[in-house]
Amino acid sequence: MNDSFNIRKVIAASSVGTMIEWYDFYIFGMLAKTISTQFFPGTNPTAALLSTLAVFAAGFIVRPFGALVFGRLGDLIGRKYTFLLTLVLMGGSTFLIGLVPSYKAIGIAAPLLVLALRLIQGLALGGEYGGAATYVAEHAPAGKRGYYTSWIQTTATLGLFVALGVIMAVKLNMPDSEFNAEWGGWRYPFWISIILVIISVYIRLKMKESPLFARLKTEGKTSSNPLKESFGRKANFKMVLLALFGAVMGQGVIWYTGQFYAQSFLENTCKLEFEQSRTIMLWAIAFGTPFFLFFGWLSDKIGRKWIMMAGMLLGVVCYRPIFKTFLDDTNVKEWIKSDRDLVLNGDKKVKMDSIIKKDTLKLIVTSESRWNYKRTGFTEKNDDTLGFIGESWTVHPPLSSLAENSGARSFKRTASPVYSNVHLSSGLYWKFVFLVWIMVMLVTMVYGPIAAFLVEMFPTKIRYTSMSLPYHIGNGVFGGLVPFIGLLLTTMYKKDPLVGLWYPIGVAALCFIIGTIYLKNKIDKDVTD
Amino acid sequence: MKQVKRYLGIVWILLAPTVIYFLLSSAIEHIDSKKKDPINDPVIWIIILAIFTPITIGLMIFGWYALKGEYNRLPENSKDS
Repeated sequence: MNDSFNIRKVIAASSVGTMIEWYDFYIFGMLAKTISTQFFPGTNPTAALLSTLAVFAAGFIVRPFGALVFGRLGDLIGRKYTFLLTLVLMGGSTFLIGLVPSYKAIGIAAPLLVLALRLIQGLALGGEYGGAATYVAEHAPAGKRGYYTSWIQTTATLGLFVALGVIMAVKLNMPDSEFNAEWGGWRYPFWISIILVIISVYIRLKMKESPLFARLKTEGKTSSNPLKESFGRKANFKMVLLALFGAVMGQGVIWYTGQFYAQSFLENTCKLEFEQSRTIMLWAIAFGTPFFLFFGWLSDKIGRKWIMMAGMLLGVVCYRPIFKTFLDDTNVKEWIKSDRDLVLNGDKKVKMDSIIKKDTLKLIVTSESRWNYKRTGFTEKNDDTLGFIGESWTVHPPLSSLAENSGARSFKRTASPVYSNVHLSSGLYWKFVFLVWIMVMLVTMVYGPIAAFLVEMFPTKIRYTSMSLPYHIGNGVFGGLVPFIGLLLTTMYKKDPLVGLWYPIGVAALCFIIGTIYLKNKIDKDVTD
Repeated sequence: MKQVKRYLGIVWILLAPTVIYFLLSSAIEHIDSKKKDPINDPVIWIIILAIFTPITIGLMIFGWYALKGEYNRLPENSKDS
């Protein structure tokens, strides 16, 4: 009874802190648009460059360095104090980002300060996960390591969930202008972080050091140079490489595709409205999160390898059909073309502005209308420029919807219709929730067992260092770059809107092959070396 | 199976320079300071190359270990590694 209570306390203390770190990390990404206008105005090239670095450096470059710095500390001085330090650094820097004055107030100092704080966030995140996973695993009894560490695995998703929830709660309770103001609502999620961190630090301070590490320390068997022992010794380094290429890089891309790329695809490619794209993610994550625990538990029974490999293989097979369904079900252009079941919802709003330059008169016609197609709504917007030729001219409906022989002639046709704010019908909405849930399930398959898998690969004295580096290269670099490489591929090959998926599919396929061939499914019952 | 593990090592060794070649040629093709798409931004390509070059070197080393038969016997438990 006492043991069971203790392990629950260990899991709670580790999980809450890790969840807060993820919360801190996500709110920056989710508020990126507002943050860029406050701190990184595109009109200043230096600020724009700093913006790129803030996004990339913290997410992808610094995290593996954080893994090295804090992993080494964790193997030298202990798990407890190291992941206490990462928590304070993370929470402190998040709170301070919320206090940095805008670019308008202090100029280039603003983006520089934000970049510095963002780098600290990335470093701290790189050190946190390995500590929490190791700490829980070293408390867990044999045969329950997968289940207990899977609680840590839920934190990244819960952090995302809480971040989404807090931002939506703030945003829905004030007008946009108030939310986006210099000292407006967008800063609240940053300030809230400090309260969460104080609570978590209090809980963690009450915890004891990991029993395995404490014993090593008492016996004087801790590593004197964890970095050298982890990466300078072939016997261990080959396992670091195997962990990266045979498990973690695939896990990283599956995770980011299911929980990040999916949201950006729904919002930017399918043009779903803000609220629906986010609530779809929230429901899918809520329904999916218990499966982290299920697959962690299952991995204790049947081994870690095949659950993770199955998740990767299913990702390779299912991603294109799932994303194609998203596209087909929101294909507004096809609905317009077919012209059936389309109902105009309310009146068209038409606005006209005239511009006179020298002898030329230009008339800009903007029309906005809301349509329904089988109970799915969308907005159509036209911006056209009409030139005066002949004796009269027609300005309504706008030029882009006029037939070629309508009599009106333009000297410049500036835009074709733009469709946005797609509001799915209830049936389609739940279908999308289900499809995203399938992707979250794949995330739980690859992510649920991985902490136990990594812990069992490395000996206690260099465990923190050895498991942190491949984890953060796999997640930070391979996973973190999914949305960006997706965007690059879409820009390079414009004809295929699904081309961005080839990156996660390719990486997951490679990882599946390497993992299937080289990894063992054996569970290490005893990690008390 | 041991032979498959070893011979696949050659594939991993060759895959690494192929990835670097693809990234480098894409960077050269798309970098253009006059255009504003992210794909034309040299900073982004420098970051991508700086991140992926050490990883592909890691893949080559992984392939080399595989070719040498280092993965034919994996540690039975964490004490072994």
